Amino acid sequence: MAVKTRRYSARDVTVLVAGLGVAIVVNVGLVWGPTLASVGLSATDWTGIGPIGWIGGRNYHDLATTYPPFWSAVRNNVLWLGFLGLVATPFGLFCAVLLDRRLRMSRLYQSALYMPVVLSLAVVGFIAQLVLSSDYGVLNAVTGLHVDWLGDRAVNIWVVMVAAGWRHVGYVMIIYLAGLKAVDPALKEAAAIDGANERQAFFRVVFPTLRPVNVIVFVITVIEALRAFDIVYAINKGRNGLELLSVLVTENIVGEASRIGFGSAIAVILLVISLGFIVTYLAQLFREEER
Amino acid sequence: MDHRPPLSRHTSVPSSVPPSVPSSHTISRRSLFLGAAAFGVPAVLAGCGSGEPAQKAGGGSAAAGLGTVTLGSNASDEVPKKSLEAQLKAFTQATVKVNTVDHNTFQENINRYLRGTPDDVFTWFAGYRMQFFAEQGLALDLSDVWRDIGGDFTQAFKDQSTGVDGKQYFIPSTYYPWAVFYRKSVWREKGYEPPATLDEFTALAKKMKADGLIPIAFADKDGWPAMGTFDILNMRTNGYDFHVQLMQGKQSWTDPKVRQVFDTWRGLMEYHQPAALGRTWQEAAQSLAQKKTGMYLLGMFVAQQFPEADRDDLDFFTFPEVNPAYGTDSIDAPIDGYMVSAKARNVDGAKALVKQLAQASSQNIATKLDPGTLASNGKADTSGYSALQKRGAELVSKATHIAQFLDRDTRPDFASTVMIPSLQSFVGKPDEIDPLLASIEKQKATIFR
Repeated sequence: MAVKTRRYSARDVTVLVAGLGVAIVVNVGLVWGPTLASVGLSATDWTGIGPIGWIGGRNYHDLATTYPPFWSAVRNNVLWLGFLGLVATPFGLFCAVLLDRRLRMSRLYQSALYMPVVLSLAVVGFIAQLVLSSDYGVLNAVTGLHVDWLGDRAVNIWVVMVAAGWRHVGYVMIIYLAGLKAVDPALKEAAAIDGANERQAFFRVVFPTLRPVNVIVFVITVIEALRAFDIVYAINKGRNGLELLSVLVTENIVGEASRIGFGSAIAVILLVISLGFIVTYLAQLFREEER
Repeated sequence: MDHRPPLSRHTSVPSSVPPSVPSSHTISRRSLFLGAAAFGVPAVLAGCGSGEPAQKAGGGSAAAGLGTVTLGSNASDEVPKKSLEAQLKAFTQATVKVNTVDHNTFQENINRYLRGTPDDVFTWFAGYRMQFFAEQGLALDLSDVWRDIGGDFTQAFKDQSTGVDGKQYFIPSTYYPWAVFYRKSVWREKGYEPPATLDEFTALAKKMKADGLIPIAFADKDGWPAMGTFDILNMRTNGYDFHVQLMQGKQSWTDPKVRQVFDTWRGLMEYHQPAALGRTWQEAAQSLAQKKTGMYLLGMFVAQQFPEADRDDLDFFTFPEVNPAYGTDSIDAPIDGYMVSAKARNVDGAKALVKQLAQASSQNIATKLDPGTLASNGKADTSGYSALQKRGAELVSKATHIAQFLDRDTRPDFASTVMIPSLQSFVGKPDEIDPLLASIEKQKATIFR
């Protein structure tokens, strides 16, 4: 590449600058800038106005040692990811497989399962409160229980995850359903002729062909887990057992507190966790292309 | 209604600048803002210049002896907005231009607002919230106004309008007290009497329990109502001065005196409505209205949850004495009012305006149009008050000290990121007091640096 093979005309340069330049400016201004600013601010005690004091890693130290909501939030974020990935997503796949078998009234089931996807998670949060409130909720009224579903920190995260999963299942189902429709029926016939039973045919033949869909679903699941926010915020502002990292960032920066430095430190931790998944995903993607 | 009434939750001042930031490690504000603008740092600039186009209210061109006064108002809700407009109609010494800003936005941006180009007069809150800005030189000394109006206000109101330097910076308008509310009909039927001491209070609660009532309605899903219980228990047990110092970060949370407060609270917990962390104050108030609970410690806005016909059945008593040394000398009664910014261009007009707003005549209009509030001026006409408003005024006139509620008496970052989760944790597990207090004290150290 040492030899320059071609000179760019002034026009080419203009086009290049206009095309690439805008993209770079937008990318730097909206993505890299804020990211690096957050990393920088996380080492300060800035309160939103006035001078900035550099305090190094003190915010991180305080987070880990003196700020109780932090570890609850980390735990809840992990739980959220685990629940969506290990329970809700497989259940969505299960529903898709069942519906793909052309059950009677499958359209009806399909619509019923997909319905919650059109709701925002905040709305799901309000519905969850109508069902789960200890005083006037449907669940306690019907079962005669006296469980404080939303206020008891031992149970509230689980019922909220189920509510969030309600929506996630429909989402995943519709994607898998599309993937399953695209699987060549000849494959299944061939497997049947070879004497494979239903289960073998699914796991050995159909599922491997769904690989591209799996990658999409995996990414969606991770994103959904990390950006979970609205449902817990709608229920109790993400406090008392429903802490999530995204909520703590909001609470410290956007809310009444104005602890910009401290909130940035939480945001950076969320970023590092996200990066873990993004890098894994991209690495796999690139490896595939090289092959 | 999913939120506390507008008057009762004004809690969003950005926290203070740390007093001692080494200058060698600082970045100028200018470059900071440029950086923030370029990178779109969230919320930093949000709402800068959020003032709506000025609207004319009151005055009129004929008046205007003192020119034009601008008034930054957070009275964005319908009732308070009308109330303010009506009060301004009576002001003839100058033309008033009102800039109304959504009240949450107003509070979240107050810091930037006051350092930018603020209006001459602005709506604000008494207590630590006021002192915080006065201390930074952002508010104008109103001591001379107070020399004229002082006779109309009790010492408690004056204290809440006074900065740490002993000068007055705030003009009280309206307020609402916190007390223990109950239904007269239920109490008459069962023969209950308002308790005067903690022992009587406990005995009453026990009796209610035996009668099949839940004694004390309680809710803390929103995080702030439990602050009211903490405030009153601390003031009754340790007195107003200790409470205020604790709020200002000058006392230790691991002090046995604080421990005593939580011990007392824990003793009362069995009489509180269970599952409080999953309930809003509105739902708890409903349980009182439906006669399922016997009493409820809350601000006077509890009346909103009662149908019009039942409001006369609502009464209250002040939280009973815990420590005879302090009796019942203090209550929570958040005061709303006005301040003049240090950068005011029309100082004479601004002072004339706040003087007018402090008058009984102005406050009569406010309490008439907004029945959830009381007039702070002692000479205000209370004949138009509802029975509850009258009793509320009486309660406050008897109090030697008026606190402003925890989230107005301390730093906003401490109240929202430390106290709300901590009090919720106590309500969930009332037995784990010592580790909780140790944690609060540790967190306090990271905020009050």
